[in-house]
Amino acid sequence: MNRLNVELPGLHLNNPIMPASGCFGFGREYSRLYDLTRLGAIMIKATTVEPRFGNPTPRVAETSAGMLNAIGLQNPGLEKVIAEELPWLSQFAVPIIANVAGSVEEDYITVAKEISRQANVQALELNISCPNVKTGGIAFGTIPEVARQLTKKVKEVSEVPVYVKLSPNVTNIVEMAKAVEAGGADGITMINTLVGMRLDLKTGKPILANLTGGLSGPAVKPVAIRMIYEVSQVVSIPIIGMGGVQSAEDVIEFFYAGASAVAVGTANFVDPFVCPTIIDELPCVLDRLGYEHISECTGRSWKKDGQLAYHRA
Amino acid sequence: MIRKELGKIISQKEIAADIYELTIRAELVEDISAPGQFVHIRVSNGMDPLLRRPVSISSFNKKGKQMTLIYRKSGRGTSLIAEMEPGMEIDILGPLGNGFPLDEVSIGETALLVGGGIGIPPLYELSNQLAAKGVHVLHILGFPTESAVFYEQEFSKNGLTIVTTDDGTYGRKGFVTDIIKELGFDCLYTCGPAPMLKAIEQGYPDKKVFLSLEERMGCGIGACFACVCQSGNAASGASYKKVCSDGPVFRAGEVLI
Repeated sequence: MNRLNVELPGLHLNNPIMPASGCFGFGREYSRLYDLTRLGAIMIKATTVEPRFGNPTPRVAETSAGMLNAIGLQNPGLEKVIAEELPWLSQFAVPIIANVAGSVEEDYITVAKEISRQANVQALELNISCPNVKTGGIAFGTIPEVARQLTKKVKEVSEVPVYVKLSPNVTNIVEMAKAVEAGGADGITMINTLVGMRLDLKTGKPILANLTGGLSGPAVKPVAIRMIYEVSQVVSIPIIGMGGVQSAEDVIEFFYAGASAVAVGTANFVDPFVCPTIIDELPCVLDRLGYEHISECTGRSWKKDGQLAYHRA
Repeated sequence: MIRKELGKIISQKEIAADIYELTIRAELVEDISAPGQFVHIRVSNGMDPLLRRPVSISSFNKKGKQMTLIYRKSGRGTSLIAEMEPGMEIDILGPLGNGFPLDEVSIGETALLVGGGIGIPPLYELSNQLAAKGVHVLHILGFPTESAVFYEQEFSKNGLTIVTTDDGTYGRKGFVTDIIKELGFDCLYTCGPAPMLKAIEQGYPDKKVFLSLEERMGCGIGACFACVCQSGNAASGASYKKVCSDGPVFRAGEVLI
């Protein structure tokens, strides 16, 4: 019996573990290290209409139990992703979630329309939360009505379910979640990175060329858990959780908070084999905690006893 | 093939001020394909510091599955590596990147190896292999000051070795670029600070020059796009190379320094 399979809109996952967008490129580098079909899904790097070089370097700075990045959505552009990256990925029987980014509404619509028609793209992740680009990106992710409108327009053109990636850089994450649900989102992915800054001790100036960057890694996990806990109680669409996941135990904690699947980001840089390692370890952790199936863990932090699935512990 | 494994520390010693020589036994040594490749070291079992540290391989011995790394203790990460002792395990990922091409210089020709500070270590294995091949090898090694000088004897075994110091406390006073003008060569290999690489690249546009770059890295395998540099022939802004996986060694002119 598969104790890890998860059914989500558009996604039939053998297990709930997937690399997060921006931390896995288009899979080529990791395919040299392990069999990509082991993954539940792959969230590919953000795609924009035109190729983007991204920000100047330095693009990363380390922090305690985390890192700041300001890559700036570097990608080869829609045409090349469709002509080269997706066909290459089609050799692996693994669902692809395409991350869609842009500066203006039309960009998102163009990318969503085209990329959702590719055979191996099973869902879209609407990136309205990148903190590292000057226009678009985060603006769509901080005003509920703007997010709702964009979600609605992308839904109209997309051939596959649409997940919206929420930014933690808002006063009220619940309002944002409700807005994208009202716009027709099929699911939510959360959280993107938190805006941060580090200064160089010698020069007194910011280390990152972009000045600010997105904080990720274990340091942000409690923020992600809290936000998923809040959002999962007020929306009826599923959540793919992310933010500092490093271990099978972390995955269970995200499920408890209300997630139905989990993405792994920064941990891939620390240990490129982390995703298969977590997948291997999950059954043992389920045994230890007394669960038959991982789905029993979803929302355990807030569900009343009567709402909980069978638990033999 | 790239492996992640727990190597075993054979020895570690400080060979100059804050410069450490670390010898590790690991299976992945078998997969090293060229001088100039690097390994990515996890310095802590905990979460702080989180990211690995890229360190170039300065020499290796496939038979004994041993490699020697030389690094400068300068921050928290490298300070933790410096505290490690023989017998301890060390989490390494590698070998990574593309090294120096040896076939660009033929037997009897002259290769000039120019290193600056902590850019010198990867040139050592290169020097050994070029000398073994029958290439005439010359070295210019630049250091900030006398206490920072290392491996002069080792390089001297393979060929003429000129040491410079910025303050003149040892060897010749001045920059390595001043000395290059005095020597003839067929191919130049270099690794060191960016201004030095840039000066060399601009000074010898008609010569065969190979540069090894240094950049802050995330994953070390080409996935995170942290260590990109613009490609030299870029017409649009979209052409780039990743230092970790396309480099760290590039032909002069291939990337913008």
